[in-house]
Amino acid sequence: MTPVLQFDFIADKEKNTLTIRREFLAGRQLVWDCYTKSELLNRWFAPKPLTTKTKSMDFREGGHWHYAMVEPGGTEYWGLTEYLKIKPIDYYTALDAFSNAEGEINKDLPRAKWLVTFSDKSKNTLVETVVTYHSLSDLEQVINMGMKQGMIATLEKLDELLLEIN
Amino acid sequence: MRRDIFQAIADPTRRAIIALIAMQSMTPNAIAEHFDTTRQAISKHLKILSECDLVKQEYQGREIYYQLEINKMKEIDKWLEQFRKIWEKRFEQLDNLLSTIKKRKK
Repeated sequence: MTPVLQFDFIADKEKNTLTIRREFLAGRQLVWDCYTKSELLNRWFAPKPLTTKTKSMDFREGGHWHYAMVEPGGTEYWGLTEYLKIKPIDYYTALDAFSNAEGEINKDLPRAKWLVTFSDKSKNTLVETVVTYHSLSDLEQVINMGMKQGMIATLEKLDELLLEIN
Repeated sequence: MRRDIFQAIADPTRRAIIALIAMQSMTPNAIAEHFDTTRQAISKHLKILSECDLVKQEYQGREIYYQLEINKMKEIDKWLEQFRKIWEKRFEQLDNLLSTIKKRKK
């Protein structure tokens, strides 16, 4: 039986924030690692059929994660996340951006601030992500990018993966 | 001129107008009574809302009534729903990763 895991997705159109809460069937340290170690991030961050590729990762305050989401055809979409404040295994804040392969930030595309908080929920972990955009049209632009990058592809790939693991 | 809906609802007065006429269609004068601003300013906001099809005008006799386009408002939710799907997918992948790591540790 699959347990029902909490999942909230709340858009506040006045404050331009998205609050995303999700429960995971694992302890806080393990979930924290999955969010903060590139070799683990590579295995889940880009929604299928895209894959994640890390160019460099320096998880410390002032450090960054420079990565690409790669389409099956090989097209790369680069991103750069700058870490602002880190308190293991409680929370971190970061500033995301679209970039190029050299890690130069694309100033024409919107940036958002992320606050990611980890807390215990009995034996599980609850992760709350609050993403703050400058404006709602920024958010629309990001969603448009997501569509272009094929992030909203079929869920078939995911079903395949689930079969593989079980 | 074509505008995008996100631009339209980014302004607090326009959001308040939307909330007002969501209940019932209203004339510009009736709308303006609810705000501490000029009738002209309200007309400008209504013009922007009309240009992105968030409101439509209806003539009743000599009066113009402004009415909310519910379907257009739903478009915004549609955008968000697509974004929600990205996150859902991402999290399902993380579920799989966590379960794989836990199995290996046992």
